[in-house]
Amino acid sequence: MRARHALIALEAVAAREVVRYLHQTGRLVSALVRPGLWLLVFAAGFENVLGVSITPPYDTYVPYQVYVVPGLIGMVLLFQGMQSSLSMVYEREMGVMRLLLTVPLPRWYLLFCKLVAGTVLSLLQAYAFLVVATVVGVQLPLWGMLSALPAMALVGLMLGALGLLVSVYIRQLENFAGTMNFVIFPMFFLSTSLYPVWRLQEAGATLIADIVQVNPFSYGIELIRFALYGRLDPLAAIVVGASALVFFIAAVHGYDPQRGLIRRTAQAAT
Amino acid sequence: MNGPRPMLRVRGAQKSYGRVKALDGVDLAVGEGEFVALLGPNGAGKTTLFQLLSGLFVADAGTIEVLGHDIGRDPVPALAGIGIVFQQSTLDLELSVRGNLRFHARLHGMSRARAATRIAEEAGRIGLTERLDDRVRTLSGGTRRRVELARALLHEPRVLLMDEPTVGLDPASRRDLLAYVRDLCRERGLGVLWATHLVEEAEAASRVVVLHHGHVLREGRPADLLDEGHVGTLAEAFLELTTSAAGPARTRTSEAAA
Repeated sequence: MRARHALIALEAVAAREVVRYLHQTGRLVSALVRPGLWLLVFAAGFENVLGVSITPPYDTYVPYQVYVVPGLIGMVLLFQGMQSSLSMVYEREMGVMRLLLTVPLPRWYLLFCKLVAGTVLSLLQAYAFLVVATVVGVQLPLWGMLSALPAMALVGLMLGALGLLVSVYIRQLENFAGTMNFVIFPMFFLSTSLYPVWRLQEAGATLIADIVQVNPFSYGIELIRFALYGRLDPLAAIVVGASALVFFIAAVHGYDPQRGLIRRTAQAAT
Repeated sequence: MNGPRPMLRVRGAQKSYGRVKALDGVDLAVGEGEFVALLGPNGAGKTTLFQLLSGLFVADAGTIEVLGHDIGRDPVPALAGIGIVFQQSTLDLELSVRGNLRFHARLHGMSRARAATRIAEEAGRIGLTERLDDRVRTLSGGTRRRVELARALLHEPRVLLMDEPTVGLDPASRRDLLAYVRDLCRERGLGVLWATHLVEEAEAASRVVVLHHGHVLREGRPADLLDEGHVGTLAEAFLELTTSAAGPARTRTSEAAA
């Protein structure tokens, strides 16, 4: 595989994804509604209930709204990661996938191009959310939004790869609602998005605290949280990177373009 | 078959979907400059074969070689030599003709300059130059087919696969597309495999492969199939073949095949 060919193809796939997304004006707005509501309604409402004492990377007490921002960024990345993979496997993108799979590049690389394209979309949405958060008055360091880019990209890749894996291996999840209940919300709630681990341990919820600590999503949140303040959490980076790799390899291994077509073709053959 | 190595060779291809055996040992070859019609009724296995030829699915057994490259073991050079027009459109309706062509060219690693040159060449050859900036959604079925054909040729493949490309087109468009591809085949020495269930399209081919129930019933020049069947038209020969073939039939190849 020639490197130049590979890069040109990657650019083509990613650019197409972004152009299509931006043409569908409603999508960006609706992608911001969910985390926006959480930020404005939930976080504001629970401001007094959920006090967060000084934990790294924060040097002082921070409002709950500040604490919850990395988690909400994660939510944006998670939803987009799941969505782009699902659409890839099922009807909507079948035509493009069929075309992509005839391109003279290794199949894993074509899936990687799609993964990168989806991640670019999630980053777009994440930044749009950060703009909204800042406008609403949440105090975030401006330079931090730049330094958080690699972290958000890595977490976006991990979640996109997870979405790919889910769509490859779980056959019954024909609709997005199913994925939400069994993958997205457990991942989100059993993480450090809404509350730090020590709070759970303090409350005696040790099982949940344990789950939170093995949930790769938690490490993604912490990676972003620290990166927003220009710091690197090395353990989080390793966990996120390794998880992304494992999810992607497993997804490529199991990817079978027949899945979407198999019922139709079997009917046609009789 | 004597002579130079075929550009496309399928040997013993088998494919099942669950309990349905869609392909049961298919052999066929397409040589340089040959226009081969793959003729078969609906459900014969034509589309399944194309899914294997395009590298989309993997055959359960058998080999498929494109320009000498085994598509299973060496998919990248094999795919580089193939241009495909699928039965279902894979065009992006929201993009312009040029946008669709450019996307394909870039997927094949062409620089912007080379892509622009090739687009101009293929669009000019097929008569789409004035439509390049039109959105595909606004085009008729026949015009969209021409876009897909131009697109399939951008990366200069040696083998052209067309899966029932005239479905849904009016008779005039069908004739034009067929004539265009035949000319192209001759001009550029392409190997063309044209799948169809329309007998009149097979009459224009240099060779016909009759597919039925997942295997090759007969193969040879249209004239030879007429002689064998002792019938007046290829349509009658085809009908006779496909209605009399109840179970797995032996494959017979005509010695006069190129």
